[in-house]
Formats: sequence, structure tokens, C-alpha cells
Amino acid sequence: MRHGLTPSQTVGPYLHIGFDWLATTDLVTQDTPGERIRLEGKLVDADGVAVPDGVIEIWQANAQGDYASATEKVIQGAGFSGFGRCSTDVDGRFHFSTIKPGRVPAADGGWQAPHIAVNIFARGLLKQLVTRIYFAGDAHQEDRVLQQVPAARRTTLIAEPVDDQPNTYYWLVALGGDHETVFFEI
Amino acid sequence: MSALKTYRRPPPGSHSDYLYPDYASTVSRAPSQPLVLLPQTLSEITGPVFGHERVSASDADLTRKHDGEPLGERILVCGRVMDEDGRAVPNTLIEVWQANAAGRYRHQRDQHDAPLDPNFTGTGRTLTDDNGFYRFVSIRPGAYPWRNHPNAWRPAHIHFSLFGNAFATRLVTQMYFPGDPLLAFDPIYNSVPAGARERMVSAFDLSLTEPEHALGFRFDIVLRGRDATPMEH
Repeated sequence: MRHGLTPSQTVGPYLHIGFDWLATTDLVTQDTPGERIRLEGKLVDADGVAVPDGVIEIWQANAQGDYASATEKVIQGAGFSGFGRCSTDVDGRFHFSTIKPGRVPAADGGWQAPHIAVNIFARGLLKQLVTRIYFAGDAHQEDRVLQQVPAARRTTLIAEPVDDQPNTYYWLVALGGDHETVFFEI
Repeated sequence: MSALKTYRRPPPGSHSDYLYPDYASTVSRAPSQPLVLLPQTLSEITGPVFGHERVSASDADLTRKHDGEPLGERILVCGRVMDEDGRAVPNTLIEVWQANAAGRYRHQRDQHDAPLDPNFTGTGRTLTDDNGFYRFVSIRPGAYPWRNHPNAWRPAHIHFSLFGNAFATRLVTQMYFPGDPLLAFDPIYNSVPAGARERMVSAFDLSLTEPEHALGFRFDIVLRGRDATPMEH
């Protein structure tokens, strides 16, 4: 007999008291191999209004394209965990200091373009929204996931370099509106 | 070629839709475009692992965080985390947060005119054991008003956050209490289809109840299970 899934519920407006203990905005140590990047973003609703009560969680491979758990490297405070969590501030902003992930295999062979998996939680979201961050300048033509996305909406998944700030990318997450971010069912 | 152990997609009726207008905050935050179906890859079937270096045994007792004991009915919340096939999900992180017995959160944005309890923070965490079991000690949270609609009150609840074995198994939910008359009026609870929402209501359990000490509630949590046939890649 199969057991029924426990349903999702919103994190509500007081998510910080539950989530802030594990806030992880800096994923790198001095010894982490790879290209260091800073990721800056903003979470807005369908009207373009900042979402000040959201949490962004990221999950990514290391520079070689390996995931920490896939290689049985349990997080021990050392090494690259691949996990980040940042609450949005009053302006809906969030940020991570991390490394650019390597390519990881696709589901049906080949390689995926470098990307970061993202879960978004907020008051008003009855279940998390799943999306991805890709990076401007990478080869995206062969990425099987991006190929599933209508061409006109692909740009919502691509973080763009910030002028005059080396190694810094900006990524806007819009829950609705004309530039609604692509969200996935996984 | 290795086999990817992908996760079964939730059966229809398992979760709320994103848009549920009775819960007013969904209106401007629910996506309007259809979700794009993503074939699961290594990115979705792996996930973060948290160990005992971050979580100690005392983190599961919300009544022992301060010099004194919090006010309220002392409760034990116990259960098992498993997948849809009944397999234990061991050594996975559970985070909880809740209001105090008066229905007030220790959060700067909570403006409810109810007292804070100097002996209650309302946050805890634990790892499931090798068989998927967990146990929290807390106090029963109070109901509290919110401004979703006239005379709106949230039923007593504890927020639960779980990771499971993969990015794809991440779950945040709320645990409710049996027989709560406010459940019938709560749009967050009722956003979940009937037949599934009842899974979020804990069961009073006399066998978990400790004499002269605390009431026991059982709350089992079911995360996504794996597809029967692994995808080859």
C-alpha cells in the first residue's frame, strides 16, 4: 500500500524564526576550488512589489560538477556543501557568495549547462516554487532543460553580469507579471 | 551507464494549487504561467545533508531554551518520516517553529496583542534516527488572529520543514491538532484537497503521553517516493 504524501503549506510570515539559524549566504572557504562569484537577486510579486518575507534556497554542484551528497561527502563544516539559504530583505533582495558550478550530466545523456537549483518559499506560496539559475555567456543551446522552456521566457532563468562589479551576477525572480520567471514541476 | 533514481510525481489531489483566492496572499504571488515539466537530473535527485555538527539533542526540546519553563500545555510531538512506499527517511533534518501558548510569535512583525513568553522562543530542530523517527518537546501553540478576512483566526499549528534525501523531496508543511474547531474556517488548511488535508492533523496518542508530564501527539510525515523503474542515462 502506498502512503499518501504529506501536503505542503506556506511558510507564513514568520518564517525567519524557523529558518535564520541555517542562513548560509557564503558557501565558499579560502580553500574552495573554482571561480568565485557573487549572486545578487530580487524577489518581486506579480505587481512588481518586493517580497520581504521570502526565503531562497540554492543547491549546486562544485566546480567539477559533483554534488556533495552524490559523492557521499557529508557536510562537516569543511569542503563545499552546495547548499545556501538567504531570507529576502525589506526590498526583496537576497545574495550568495559561491563558486560557479561545473557542468553536470543531463537525464538522457550529454551535459547540462552550469546551473543552480532553487527553491523559493514565501508567505502566500502554498508550496515552494522550483526554478534554476543559469549564467549569461555560457553555451545554452544544448541544455535539455532550457530546451523545454519557451524561447521567449528563457532569459528569466539567466543571471546577467553586473556592470563594474567583477564576478557578480544579477537575477530577478518575478512571481508573476510580464516577465514572470519560469518555474518547474519536478 | 548509471541509473538515476528519480522521484515519483505527486498524485493529483496531493497539494494545493498555487492560486487559492480565499488565502488572499496567493493572488499576487501565485505564478500565472503553467509550470514547465523538468525531467529529473542529478541536480534534483541529490540534496544537502546535515549532520550532528549542526544539530544537538537539546535542539529538539523547545521548553529548555531559557532559565524558566514556558507557560502552556507541555506536549510531545513524535512521528516517523517515511516515503510513499513506507521506507524510513533516516538522518534527515527537521526544522520547526511555532507561536507560544498565547498565540504570539517571537518575531518583530507579529503585532498580535498577546503576551510574549520570556521562556519561549518557539524554534527547534532535530535529525530523524536510523529508522526515520523523531521527537520534539514543546508547548501547545495558541490560535492567533490574522487579517486575511473578517474575524480570521489561524488554527493552532507547528511549522515543519524537511529536506529528505533530495532536492526533489523538500517539504514545508504545518502540523495541526485533532478536533480544532478553527480548521473548518482556515483557508490555508482548506487549500489542500479533501482527502489529503487530513494528513496534516496530528493524532492524540495516549501511549506517547507521559504521566504527570506531557500530552503526546503523533505526526507521521510522508515524503515523495522513488519511481519504480529507474531512468537509464
